Amino acid sequence: MTTTTLNRYPQYASDFEALTAEDVGPAWLTNLRLHAWGRFQELGLPIARRGNEKWKYTDARPLANVAFGHAPDLEPETGAGRDAVAGAVALPPDWVNLVFVDGGFSPALSSPVDDGWYAGSLAGALDNRQSLLEEHLSRQASFDDDGFVALNTAFLRDGALVHIPRSFAAPRPVQLVFVTTGRRQPRVTYPRTLVVAEADCEVSLVETYISLTDERFLTNAVTEIAVGDGANVTHNRLLLESLDAYHVGVSRVYQATDSSFASASFAKGAALGRNDFQALLDGPGANCTLNGLYFTTGSQHMDNFINIDHAQPHCTSRLLYKGILDGKSRAVFGGNVTVRKEAQKTDAQQTDKNLLLSPEAEVDSKPSLLIYADDVKCGHGATAGHIDADTLFYMRSRGLDVATASQLLIHAFASEIIDTVELEPLRDYLDARFMEAIPDATLPMGRT
Amino acid sequence: MTEQTNQNPILTVNNLRVSVEDQEILRGVDLSVNAGEVHAIMGPNGSGKSTLANSLAGRPEYTITAGEVSYQGENLLEMEPEDRARAGVFLAFQYPVELPGVRAWQFLKAAVDARRTARGEEEMSAREFDRMLREKVQMVEIDPELTRRAVNEGFSGGEKKRNEILQMAMLDPTLALLDETDSGLDIDALRIVSDGVNKLRRLDNAIVLVTHYQRILNYITPDFVHVLVDGRIVRSGGPELAHELEEKGYDWVREGVG
Repeated sequence: MTTTTLNRYPQYASDFEALTAEDVGPAWLTNLRLHAWGRFQELGLPIARRGNEKWKYTDARPLANVAFGHAPDLEPETGAGRDAVAGAVALPPDWVNLVFVDGGFSPALSSPVDDGWYAGSLAGALDNRQSLLEEHLSRQASFDDDGFVALNTAFLRDGALVHIPRSFAAPRPVQLVFVTTGRRQPRVTYPRTLVVAEADCEVSLVETYISLTDERFLTNAVTEIAVGDGANVTHNRLLLESLDAYHVGVSRVYQATDSSFASASFAKGAALGRNDFQALLDGPGANCTLNGLYFTTGSQHMDNFINIDHAQPHCTSRLLYKGILDGKSRAVFGGNVTVRKEAQKTDAQQTDKNLLLSPEAEVDSKPSLLIYADDVKCGHGATAGHIDADTLFYMRSRGLDVATASQLLIHAFASEIIDTVELEPLRDYLDARFMEAIPDATLPMGRT
Repeated sequence: MTEQTNQNPILTVNNLRVSVEDQEILRGVDLSVNAGEVHAIMGPNGSGKSTLANSLAGRPEYTITAGEVSYQGENLLEMEPEDRARAGVFLAFQYPVELPGVRAWQFLKAAVDARRTARGEEEMSAREFDRMLREKVQMVEIDPELTRRAVNEGFSGGEKKRNEILQMAMLDPTLALLDETDSGLDIDALRIVSDGVNKLRRLDNAIVLVTHYQRILNYITPDFVHVLVDGRIVRSGGPELAHELEEKGYDWVREGVG
């Protein structure tokens, strides 16, 4: 097994060897990385087409077949200057913005905070917050059964850390921007984010993935968020990389008693995108909202694999994902809302809605509830449809041309998710980014 | 109004034949509507009343197989539905469509602006639009809150119909086609809808009112009544024809045809 994996992924193996040779981190981190690498050698990437339920509708082989090289630059050149980054993403000056260029933290482009609360690079926290890192890193995102997480962890040497102490309300939103430039190809980056929100704190987070290159690259991102008792965390994840990107994002959220976590994931980029998002509701009274909006066109493939695990009673979860699909693109919605035996009085809703703009676009939507408790309120549903001919005629009969009518309908469809974003600059930015993507003359696919 | 001598034709329909999914529904309809007139088209279910109204508004799945339609001197059949609307044709739908997430005021603003832009006018200012909307909302006695909600979403049947009349009032059409606007309305809603239509009656516009029942004609007095049976107008007359139909039923005209 080990030899096969090594033979299959020689690039990863030699990169890992190079990294280990120059490694100077603390022993626990070195051990963690060695363990993760060992596990990756056993697991490989999830390319099996049979019995691979987690990747049932997404073929990872195109991604596995490219020898993506890791090119760590501890001192990243700022080839991606502030202007280039600012042109691609909303960077409000009153936010804490942490910018990572090709995997490396860019102090020049960032405005970190270390003032009772911390928002900065992981490596920069090794001196003062080592026990926190040792306790939380790799705790939520297990690499036992996930080759991508194993690989990310094996290459873990920097990333973002956000630490909000008990009863503290972060006064500014924190945005993490991961930029891939076109400096060396084909390239892989391993963005790693750890958020520790202690009891009764508040923070608003934005994770943004962009690229400044048309070359193919891989982003293998892992985010871990621990939400303490009574803490309130809002989160937005933006996948806005180029249409040639491969992106595998794994997000793991842990929620304690009476905590509240509300997240919206927006995906517009990537040739092959995967948003694997999992929330564990591990304390009574926790409240979780996972929203999502994905727009795909051309031959894009976007896979949302969203799981909510109700492990304790009296928790509430709301899951609403919406897709707009054009061209020959394909989207997947999968995952489970699991209600364990102990999780009585669970209130859970899981919905996926899709608007198909082209007859060749396809969606595989498989929402699923696994309920082991007997006193719960749960529901789920999925829809997929074209713009309806009656609807279009109704709008045209009021003087709106086909393009205007379609835009109005698509915008309204997307707004339900975009409007949940509380940060106004972000909401405006997303509105503009998604509307610019909508084709001008969308033709009806109904009976006309 | 009928005794006007200087007649100004708004709509002229000649031998109109229309098929839906290869089935012929209208089999040669003739109709002339002048400015200032209200015409009622009556007929039993399946006679083609709604097909006539929808064909005139340009519903794409209706195929015109023969005939001509002239609207203010232009060939209506060559115009796209949105161009007909911008030129002043309005269809009040029998089953108004829900537009999830599209707010009613936003939709109305887009519609009003589309019509104005087509006439070479500027888009309406937000202030002017608000003022006009408030005025028309009062006229059709609709809850102003509905204009802030998604178009027709969660509206009651009566609210949907009143919303159609609100749209009509906002767009101020030259030719209004009302497709069974009275169906499913209780007596209060019927009165409100009829009042709204009556207020929009002018010497320079025309209304074609499609209905199954004579009831609405107690509130809106037509200048002409036409009876449509099996895709043809079999009888035309004044308002008294509606009462006769009410008394004798559609079988009476059917027998007359036979």
